[in-house]
Amino acid sequence: MTPLLQVENIAKFYGARIGCADVSFDLYPGEVMGIVGESGSGKSTLLNCLAGHLVPDRGAVRFDTRTGGLRNTVTMSEPERRMLGRTDWAFVHQHARDGLRMNVSAGGNVGERLMAVNARHYAEIRTQAIDWLGRVEIMADRIDDRPTAFSGGMQQRLQIARNLVTGPRLVFMDEPTGGLDVSVQARLLDLLRGLVREMRLSAIIVTHDLAVVRLLADRLMVMKDGHVVETGLTDQVLDDPQHAYTQLLVSSVLQV
Amino acid sequence: MYVAVKGGERAIDNAHAWLAEERRGDPSVAELSVAQIREQLSLAVNRVMAEGSLYDPNLAALAIKQSRGDLIEAIFLIRAYRTTLPRFGGSNPVDTETMACDRRVSATFKDAPGGQVLGPTFDYTHRLLDFKLAADGEAGEVQTAPPHDARTPHIMSYLDREGLIQPEASDDAPPPDLTRSPLELPAARALRLQALTRADEGFILGMAYSTQRGYARNHAFVAELRIGAVAVEVDIPELGFAIEIGEITVTECETVNQFQGSKTQPPQFTRGYGLVFGMTERKAISMALVDRALRWKELGEDNLGAPAQDEEFVLYHSDNIQATGFLEHIKLPHYVDFQSELELIRKLRRDAQANMQEAAE
Amino acid sequence: MTDYNFAYLDEQTKRMIRRTILKGLAIPGYQVPFASREMPMPYGWGTGGVQVSAAVLTPDDTLKVIDQGADDTTNAVSIRRFFQKTAGVAVTEATAQASVIQTRHRIPEQDLREDQIIVYQVPIPEPLRFLEPSEVETRKMHSLEEYGLMHVKLYEDISQHGDIATAYAYPVKVEGRYVMDPSPIPKFDNPKLEMAGIQLFGAGREQRIYAIPPYTQVVSLDFDDYPFQPTKADHACGLCGAHDSYLDELIVDDEGGRVFMCSDTDYCATRRRAGHVGTHGTPFEEDAA
Repeated sequence: MTPLLQVENIAKFYGARIGCADVSFDLYPGEVMGIVGESGSGKSTLLNCLAGHLVPDRGAVRFDTRTGGLRNTVTMSEPERRMLGRTDWAFVHQHARDGLRMNVSAGGNVGERLMAVNARHYAEIRTQAIDWLGRVEIMADRIDDRPTAFSGGMQQRLQIARNLVTGPRLVFMDEPTGGLDVSVQARLLDLLRGLVREMRLSAIIVTHDLAVVRLLADRLMVMKDGHVVETGLTDQVLDDPQHAYTQLLVSSVLQV
Repeated sequence: MYVAVKGGERAIDNAHAWLAEERRGDPSVAELSVAQIREQLSLAVNRVMAEGSLYDPNLAALAIKQSRGDLIEAIFLIRAYRTTLPRFGGSNPVDTETMACDRRVSATFKDAPGGQVLGPTFDYTHRLLDFKLAADGEAGEVQTAPPHDARTPHIMSYLDREGLIQPEASDDAPPPDLTRSPLELPAARALRLQALTRADEGFILGMAYSTQRGYARNHAFVAELRIGAVAVEVDIPELGFAIEIGEITVTECETVNQFQGSKTQPPQFTRGYGLVFGMTERKAISMALVDRALRWKELGEDNLGAPAQDEEFVLYHSDNIQATGFLEHIKLPHYVDFQSELELIRKLRRDAQANMQEAAE
Repeated sequence: MTDYNFAYLDEQTKRMIRRTILKGLAIPGYQVPFASREMPMPYGWGTGGVQVSAAVLTPDDTLKVIDQGADDTTNAVSIRRFFQKTAGVAVTEATAQASVIQTRHRIPEQDLREDQIIVYQVPIPEPLRFLEPSEVETRKMHSLEEYGLMHVKLYEDISQHGDIATAYAYPVKVEGRYVMDPSPIPKFDNPKLEMAGIQLFGAGREQRIYAIPPYTQVVSLDFDDYPFQPTKADHACGLCGAHDSYLDELIVDDEGGRVFMCSDTDYCATRRRAGHVGTHGTPFEEDAA
């Protein structure tokens, strides 16, 4: 079976400092990969290289496109990459403000990707928007409100709805629960888990929170100082960490 | 019964006649001559030449007379005239190293070969209105000294010898001509400098000021400000060498700023550069500061979101002829569009009222 | 004072503008950058339209210039005089007799023919400008056909006001590809953008020219369930009685009394010459100058 995403020897340097190096993995349709590590581990750099926000200094990121088979997105033209970003790919930012239009209503935010692929019936767009708002547990009567009137958790859920409404195949998530209250986090994770299963999404989730990967990820990569130190099935890695750093991470999680 | 209003042609003719009368002012007062403007309002003439992009003091003075002293209006006249002039070719770059400096100061060194020459500056005047000027503006005797023959090397060349200045990218390709091809972004430095030298002085002054106050703060030192005459030379293919076709006065300002945040290089000074027709100091210094602010990307600095760093913002709004044209166009009739807005708002209000009544029932 | 070249611009400049026009016609609705010249009238006052007209005029042409639909508004007078002085072309107020029509903010009511050219004065050529201020970004959006944001704006209008809240400069899609700003014509005029004449759009200050060749598909953006409507005031012309022309609203007394009149003065005069009379008008005679 062709992998959906094939990452080969990605490296990004900042002068003499390593952002990330020697990262390779394959991701298959329906798989969720978690990338964990502490601040400075290189996980965000890696995610941005994969999603096309940063240009890696080395390596390839091959995506199984609908019409052209496996294509290296690093060497793709910007127009093609932007097209991917609007259709098959989605990116959930850590701060909802980076992934939403703050001066556009919730309905407009969700409807935009539909309108970008030629949805032209106002009532239908609105119905779909209400439907999606419901799926992310936002009340329908908030559809005309701007995201500035939403709580942090709601903004994040709106961002998710906006990204998923056109059925992308691969979702990148950067600390999706960062900065949210604990109970809000739990609700969001539950929601994400349901959506990922339901829509058979592939996802790459970067987080420093092991609970997030425990709940969402099938596989796990642990990063330290720009390198991958351990990789494997989530449960295996978390229950039986091999690398000293992974052991440290796992044992550091507070038990409440 | 309503009769359609007409008479636009006549109104325009009468407006122009009255304008001519206002331009002349009180007929018992002596008429201003172009020579008077050229000689005694030379800084205004300089500005009109610089922003009109045409070096001709007589024409600039005439434009100032015709525009009743509105300098932007005068610049407009010069620009429109310039459009009609045939192009014979380009000159060689002027060599400011050989400038016969009327004024030359440096803030970075107490002294340097060539000296600190104040020139005819306002800098140390006390800004007290001189009522004597109202009656008698004669200059009186001025002491002279023999002209000093030695060349006045650029201060920057001394810093350069130590390797302290980041070398400029050298490019012999002819720079693009802003008046012949549309401005497209991103703009190379040569194009930006062109736009800045003909930009509105007030706008560039404001932008420069903002960089000094923390909007893209980079502390600028004036390494050198020099004003004087330089030769303009044109290559004549038939002769096989360049000939001097005339002399112009320019103001050149080089600023020195500290370089920060490099990935691989030890710190070096970086430059800002300003060059303007005539004795036009404020503009040249402002230009150097804005030039430096716009260089953030090629110098590997952060975009702090400051207006002076935003190339599109600065270049698209710095031309005062474009600015005033579009600003003032709102005086033109817009009643057709306003009518359609009226109809729309009436309709939306009717619909809203109908909805409210329905809801009430 | 030196003599001017025909229509003021030198031949090199005209050639440059004509090449730009050809590119525009080859890619309907696409904004082609051009090196706009400083003209004797200010930017924002029609320099783009004037440059386009200057490039297409020949000594045999007959020129009509209108602003707000009228030949006698001051800026139309000024521009017409400019071309009389610098090109010596014949001028007319009759739409049917003109071979080149320069216009600001209206399309004449009378259908144009294949042998006619209409030149629009454009202030802001970029339809996305007020949604996305960056020129670099909007050029990308056009090249990638990323027009979702445009429809978001229409969606927001409907959700806030109950209907699309754009009354003029109403965006259109040309030949199914480029979204274009038709210049600030009232939306009532949008259907006329599909015509037999050649349409050229000049934006001097913004340095863009674009074009629509004859018989090109031009569709005003809308939603299937909120279709585009070319509305106008629900009155007839007080002078000639026309029901189908765009109307100016004039306040005629201290109590706010109003009269509605055809914005297209030639259309109105033609109807009145043919004997039509509106509720406020008297039979046609040459209006007092």
